[in-house]
Amino acid sequence: MGHALPSLLGFFTPISGGSPNADKINDLYKITLYVALVIFVLVEGGLFYALWRFRARRGAVAAQIRGNTRLEVGWTVAAALILVGLAVLTFSKLSAIENPPNSSPEGAKLADASGPLLADNERRLPPNGKALQISVIGRQYLWQYVYPGANEPDGLGAPYSYEEMVVPTNTTVSLKIVSADVVHSWWIPALGGKFQAVPGYNNYTWFKIPHPGVFKGQCAFLCGRAHARMLATVRAVPPAQFERWLAERKKLISEANAEAKVARAKLGAQTGAGQVENP
Amino acid sequence: MATYAAPVPQIAAHEVERQARGWTSWVTTTDHKRIGIMYMVTTFVFFILGGVEALMMRLQLGAPNNTLVTPITYNQLFTMHGTTMIFLFVVPMMAGLANYFLPLMIGARDMAYPRLNALSYWLLLAGGIVFYASIFWNPPEAGWTSAVPLANSFYSPSGGEDAWIYLVHLTGISSILGAINFYATVANMRTKGMSWGRLPLFVWAILTYSVLIIFAMPVIAGAVTMLLTDRHFGTHFFDPGNGGSALLWQNLFWFFGHPEVYIMVLPGFGIVSEILPVFARKPIFGYKAIAASTIAIAFLGFLTWAHHMFTAPVPEAILIFVMLSSFFIAVPTGVKMLNWIATLWRGTVEFTTPLLFCAGFISLFLIGGISGVFLAIFPVDWQLNETYFVVAHIHFVLMGGSVFTIFAGIYYWFPKITGRMLSESIGRWSFGLMYVGLLATFLIQHVIGLEGMPRRVFEYDNVGNLELYNQISTVGSFILAAGVLVTVVNVVRSLKHGPIAGPDPWKANTLEWFTTSPPPVNNFDVLPRVRSAEPMKDIRREIARRAGGEGAGSATVPAGATQVGV
Repeated sequence: MGHALPSLLGFFTPISGGSPNADKINDLYKITLYVALVIFVLVEGGLFYALWRFRARRGAVAAQIRGNTRLEVGWTVAAALILVGLAVLTFSKLSAIENPPNSSPEGAKLADASGPLLADNERRLPPNGKALQISVIGRQYLWQYVYPGANEPDGLGAPYSYEEMVVPTNTTVSLKIVSADVVHSWWIPALGGKFQAVPGYNNYTWFKIPHPGVFKGQCAFLCGRAHARMLATVRAVPPAQFERWLAERKKLISEANAEAKVARAKLGAQTGAGQVENP
Repeated sequence: MATYAAPVPQIAAHEVERQARGWTSWVTTTDHKRIGIMYMVTTFVFFILGGVEALMMRLQLGAPNNTLVTPITYNQLFTMHGTTMIFLFVVPMMAGLANYFLPLMIGARDMAYPRLNALSYWLLLAGGIVFYASIFWNPPEAGWTSAVPLANSFYSPSGGEDAWIYLVHLTGISSILGAINFYATVANMRTKGMSWGRLPLFVWAILTYSVLIIFAMPVIAGAVTMLLTDRHFGTHFFDPGNGGSALLWQNLFWFFGHPEVYIMVLPGFGIVSEILPVFARKPIFGYKAIAASTIAIAFLGFLTWAHHMFTAPVPEAILIFVMLSSFFIAVPTGVKMLNWIATLWRGTVEFTTPLLFCAGFISLFLIGGISGVFLAIFPVDWQLNETYFVVAHIHFVLMGGSVFTIFAGIYYWFPKITGRMLSESIGRWSFGLMYVGLLATFLIQHVIGLEGMPRRVFEYDNVGNLELYNQISTVGSFILAAGVLVTVVNVVRSLKHGPIAGPDPWKANTLEWFTTSPPPVNNFDVLPRVRSAEPMKDIRREIARRAGGEGAGSATVPAGATQVGV
């Protein structure tokens, strides 16, 4: 019986447990839920009590009351105070939800090196300014992730992956969310809130996953006919494993690029058009 | 020489001109009552169509990864459903009720501009036909919010999107003209003694509805015109590749879209404020507070639109401002809820069907109001936005709010419109099924959203208990539909077989009950001077006094009326 109430409330709360921001949102939601339940019970109780207690009966006479200024001012002020309380509560939790913490000492070292190529004044970084920066690109109907570690100084040749994002544990990951076509919305429930990918705009969020695990989500903004199939996965692995995975991606991508270069040269020789540029 | 003995309000209204008959008389009519009836019947047909679309969606979601309808059809269904319910049902249904009852309530003989009124109706019908004609070609599929770039010609090349644009234009012009008409009617055509402080609260609500429409509708008209020129004439208002902005659409759409919510629900608040005092036999508690909070909600309603955009790239200052303004709007709304409960308090509550729908409305709208506070806290909204939690919220607000009040209005005013009563026992069944059905359909959708299911998806994997939850919702939607159908049966049956209502079956408070049921073309021959916010109470009291004091013979004329033509 002792566990019934918490599990019932779990049923009525958002998914959390993957990242501190998701947990803090869950805390804020729960406190709001307690306040809401009290108001819900009081008002519904008042309504049903009034309906039952004052039902028409023989001999009952309705009191001809037209209002009560003190009562009305009182409940208006009370309602406003409850909302002021919720606003104060929200502001007290806001910083922990919006501002990322530093990576833990055991986090990926790559995070230290992945400074921004361009100044990015809307991105929230941890106090030490270091986070693993990954770009999330929404396109019909696929998520693409671009990781730091470009081969060339102009940022080209960065490793990337589709659908599944692999990240190191204990590392603060900062996401820049953009779109290549229509509006999408990036959402992994256990890793915090969702953020629209709007073409022409940058949107940002972050997460920091303490333990290895797989977290699923999907596009949350109608983006066309296969919107329901625009899925996303984040797989958190230990930092060393992440660095091996990233090196492997880089190798695979540069091998594929080299093969493509050969193929293009061949195609150019056959058609007589010379070297075909990478579109 | 007609003489009346019963101490009920006496009717000083007679057919001064014969009511025209035949279908041409309906096409050419400028009578506000006939236009009102056409509004109500037309919009109810659209309500049924929108409901069928909803049931098809619920069937598709009754099983995980179901293949009953194709993804394209599913997107078309939710686009048609949302657009129909908002543009072709709730808003014009409120206009229909207001058309019929606003002039009667203020003692006017018609609307200020009767021919403009007819034009409003025919534009609405044209909008509905243009929109529904698209089902024979390609219905729109970008959602009722038609977000760009998805809705531009590259991603949505079909003409369905254009049908949607023309629907918004035609129904928008219809609404604006209607709103101007309501405003002019209330401002100029009130009967003697009907001061602003004595206006029925339904009239206050329609007045506010009109002002909201006049300010909000031109914005969406501009936005869809820009979308139209983007789609067909090479402009780039919303095209990020050519200096346009996709966020501009969201801002313009929700600047209209949020006041639209109040356009849909404030008239319902007005209906409840009329019906509760009648069946509690008690004056409305805090008339001024309710009228003032209606106006406060309308004003604040224009400051909260960006709470639909909490997950878009908008600056922190906007997030905080909009969260606070959304909190503020909960205060006048909460005040109304408490005023209604206080109206019941120490009354003698008669459980008629209209009262049941009003009480049901209060209990359901409270749930929608509370879930709205969650959505206003922007970090919490980051988890809830665009999920089934929002679907649940909007349906508690719009079904529990607008639809339940519309049904309360139908049961309350049907006797006035037709002269016959609806069956109370069938009405109670309808209420019970709709109440249980609504709770079963939408309460569980909060949990579906919290479990991570976004809205507008045609399939889902059975993670957690999603299959069970969705099946509960699907079963609930059919119970809800059965409840609606029961009322349809009740209406059809009662048109022929309902008991004769008489002019004032409920012993109500407002002037529409002073004339015959149905009222004659000219509504009233004479009207007494209005002396309070409850003129019919004064009239009944005066009649009782005269009947008691001077004998039955002189009770032929209502208080204050000059005797004519008797």
